[in-house]
Amino acid sequence: MIDTITKKSKINIPRPPLHSGRNIVPREGIAGQALLTVITIMAFLACLTLGAVSMVSDTARGWQNDISREITVQIRPFENVDIDAAVREASLIMTSFDSVKSVTALSDAATKRLLEPWLGTGLQLEELPIPVLLTITIEDDAKPDFAGMRERLKKAVPSASLDDHRSWVDRLTNMAYATVIIGAFIFILVMTATVLTVVFATRGAMAGNREIIEVLHFIGADRQFISKEFEHHFLRLGLKGSVAGGLAALFAFLGLGFWVSLRQATPEADQVNALFGTLSLGWVGYLGIFLVVMSVAILTAVTSKITVMKHVGMLETYGSTKEI
Amino acid sequence: MIQFENVGLRYGLEPEVLSDLSFDLPANSFQFLTGPSGAGKTSLLRMMLLSIKPTRGIIRVFGQEATTIARGDMPRIRKDIGVVFQDFRLLGHLTTYENVALPLKVRGQDESSFKKDVTELLKWVGLGDRMHVLPPVLSGGEKQRAAIARALIDQPKVLLADEPTGNVDPPLARRLLRLFIELHRSGTSVVIATHDLSLMDQYEARRIVINEGRLQIYD
Repeated sequence: MIDTITKKSKINIPRPPLHSGRNIVPREGIAGQALLTVITIMAFLACLTLGAVSMVSDTARGWQNDISREITVQIRPFENVDIDAAVREASLIMTSFDSVKSVTALSDAATKRLLEPWLGTGLQLEELPIPVLLTITIEDDAKPDFAGMRERLKKAVPSASLDDHRSWVDRLTNMAYATVIIGAFIFILVMTATVLTVVFATRGAMAGNREIIEVLHFIGADRQFISKEFEHHFLRLGLKGSVAGGLAALFAFLGLGFWVSLRQATPEADQVNALFGTLSLGWVGYLGIFLVVMSVAILTAVTSKITVMKHVGMLETYGSTKEI
Repeated sequence: MIQFENVGLRYGLEPEVLSDLSFDLPANSFQFLTGPSGAGKTSLLRMMLLSIKPTRGIIRVFGQEATTIARGDMPRIRKDIGVVFQDFRLLGHLTTYENVALPLKVRGQDESSFKKDVTELLKWVGLGDRMHVLPPVLSGGEKQRAAIARALIDQPKVLLADEPTGNVDPPLARRLLRLFIELHRSGTSVVIATHDLSLMDQYEARRIVINEGRLQIYD
């Protein structure tokens, strides 16, 4: 009976494993959670900046197109001038151009609505010297000669003036450029901060694993081997953080779009719509976020590799290690 | 293997701790490096390991002057110089087996090619039943043997050992000495830094004695 138990117990004793199952550079020795959070925040900010810039520039381009496809002719009333005849004459001149798609005179009712916020209700337009507005729509692919139009109109109807909204277009273009430049600047700042954070984290990780790095160096491990031990970890960390940041930015845009759609026709939604358009990212925005996610991950891995290579490179310099 | 020519070493503006060291460490040689505590044994070993630069003089390692060694060549030279650190320098999160196998793993060798050698060496140094445990569990003597096994596993051309028997009892010290002698017989040049006279008396070998910064060699 005793023999049996002894034999059984001998058979059942598991052999302890030869391997600890740990990496040469232990994962817990490398700043993990804090760095992951920082990378996530940085990726989130970078994606947010890129998405916002993409939306604003799309919207500004939309405004620019809309405005440049529509011009206005204003006919001021003068004494002894038949305003209706002047409107007809101006309309005829404008429709004679190939690039003009349509000419619409603003009706009295529309003019009243337009002036209502300033002059109140119950207006008698006939008693006031209100100019008549003609809205001229330009053919989509046409390149109209605004200077020629202006000259012919002025000759035939001296009280008419043509406004091609050039000053608005210029201002919007400048605003769009300024937005893109500011966005690019913020983007560069965020990316620089990410690189510096990773450099400090890598240095911290190496300081925490100084003894392991030195032992590896003294047993003949080269820079490539040692940096690989860190590189995989940082690539994984960078990928995790940047994907989380990118997804958070995507959800932020989707959430904002949903919020605006829930509050259609409210003043706050109108404000957001006016600034960002429909709040939907185009394919350029999605592609940009994907590229930012990949860039942050690669940047993290490359930065850590360069930092480790530099550090181990110093160890490989004759007379640079004090320890034995 | 390693040659010193009029080598001097000082730390900062202090007087020289080692002066006019000229000696040759031939291939397949065995020597004890000895002297009183603080005589500069560890400093001399550091210079042999190219860990510190001398203040003056020339050091040649494997025929190449140390100052001309390119950064990229340093890992190859480190590989050929095995070292047993005074404080063992075992990686505490890896098992004894993994620690000893580390130099071979670093060379990119497949585990199937070295597993038998590593386990045999561990058995030979008396750690056959301790190869699964982590170093913090090992006693001082066991750590010492594991550190020696790690330095020996890749059969370096030169082995530098700093007080390798400092933490073990006399029978084990004799056993470790036999291990170094075996290694020397297989072609490795061995330098053992020790101030243990009884250990040196057990084996007839060249003695490099440092005293007051000067070197005397007894062949």
